[in-house]
Amino acid sequence: MNFPVKITEQNFTVRTARVAEIAAKYADAVDAEGRFPCEAVDAMKAERLLGIQVPRHLGGEGASTTEVAELCSVLGQACAASAMVFAMHHIKLSSLVEHGTESEWHAGFMRRIAAEQLLIASATTEGGIGGNLRNSICAIEVSGDSCRLEKDATVISYGSHADAILITSRSHPDAAPSDQVLTAFLKDQYTLERTHIWNTLGMRGTCSDGFLFKGQAPAVQILPKPFAEIAAQSMLASSHLLWSGVWYGIAVDAVSRAQAFVRAAARKSPGVPPPGALRLAEVSTLLQMVKSNVVAGLKAYEDAKSDPDKLSSMGFAVAMNNVKIASSETILEIVNHAMLICGIVGYKNGTPFSLGRHLRDAHSAQLMISNDRILGNTSSMLLVHKQDTSLLG
Amino acid sequence: MNKTIRELLAKFGKLPVSIDQLADDADLYAAGLTSFASVQLMLGIEEAFDIEFPDNLLNRKSFASISAIETTVDIIKDNRKVA
Repeated sequence: MNFPVKITEQNFTVRTARVAEIAAKYADAVDAEGRFPCEAVDAMKAERLLGIQVPRHLGGEGASTTEVAELCSVLGQACAASAMVFAMHHIKLSSLVEHGTESEWHAGFMRRIAAEQLLIASATTEGGIGGNLRNSICAIEVSGDSCRLEKDATVISYGSHADAILITSRSHPDAAPSDQVLTAFLKDQYTLERTHIWNTLGMRGTCSDGFLFKGQAPAVQILPKPFAEIAAQSMLASSHLLWSGVWYGIAVDAVSRAQAFVRAAARKSPGVPPPGALRLAEVSTLLQMVKSNVVAGLKAYEDAKSDPDKLSSMGFAVAMNNVKIASSETILEIVNHAMLICGIVGYKNGTPFSLGRHLRDAHSAQLMISNDRILGNTSSMLLVHKQDTSLLG
Repeated sequence: MNKTIRELLAKFGKLPVSIDQLADDADLYAAGLTSFASVQLMLGIEEAFDIEFPDNLLNRKSFASISAIETTVDIIKDNRKVA
């Protein structure tokens, strides 16, 4: 008789593959209904994947960003919305892991995330800031041991489904817009009033509705580091890298479908190369480029992690921005290429080669933190930062 | 040098507070220095002191306060003397 696999087994990929199977089954329904991928997220909790990044001494498994990125890509091949929820949760968690271990409250919070598999959302955008997450209008008000915050959050991805929210604000009511802090609020410490419905082309299952957030919590829940440092030293890199992991996953699945199409055609008429075969070779080159780009970015991040100066240097920020720009632009080309290979059965919904969901999901990549904003940022840094000319360094 | 840096900060820093009120060791980022403004400030400093920032000094720490900027400029000038 077979016993169920022990949940705490070390192999993240095996556990994630089981989640991916469930995510794939519901991906089309999640997309069509624009609903939260609850089956996939329940499976992530059951496989205890939400706490893997938490350090071992706090009850987690100490997974690295590279390991999490790999899982994002495995999930991205199944259901991009589920993968993005997983990626965004782990981006928040990386802020806690990198900047919260020395704070007693946040260490306890991480223990709870690992033990209870809490899902963490974030609220960084706000009406009136024009999409720049390094600016806040709202301010946290501390009185005595407690803090209060109200924020017109234009987007809180899976906000209604989260167990806690990490939220940016100015550090006090007289602070400059860029003088920000990050505060963790638990579900029973805030109310959310929905102000916008997330009805989009793709990534529909992330349910990134807008909310009016009102929260009150003990002031110890404010992360003791300025948000500027958290953003520069962990959020910038982990978002670009984990998102790129998800996007690579979308591209991989599109190419797999295209390859299956070409192979089926080849089997039907042996000896005659199918028309899409050459294009498949071309798209495989593009896919490899995206993979190399993300892997190089992950390596650069893991290398820089031990050196806070390097992490907050311009050279590193330019490199991470470039990873994001390149992967988000190339995956569109890849999905488009896959569509040309599969032809009308790729264009049609409900075939084994359908690519409509991939194409719509992939379009979000250039827009979540707009590539134009990132290019503007990089171009300003290139006024003083000199291009890295080495091949391996 | 302190005076020049303060003048450049007033010109490029776009801070919501008056430069005269800033202590030498006040955190410029907390005072509202954005990353774009800090690049403009760097360009101004490169021009004013006829120096070029090497990449290993292009980080947040080098621009965290007026005295940090002074130290950074000193390091670059000293390195040039050696070279």
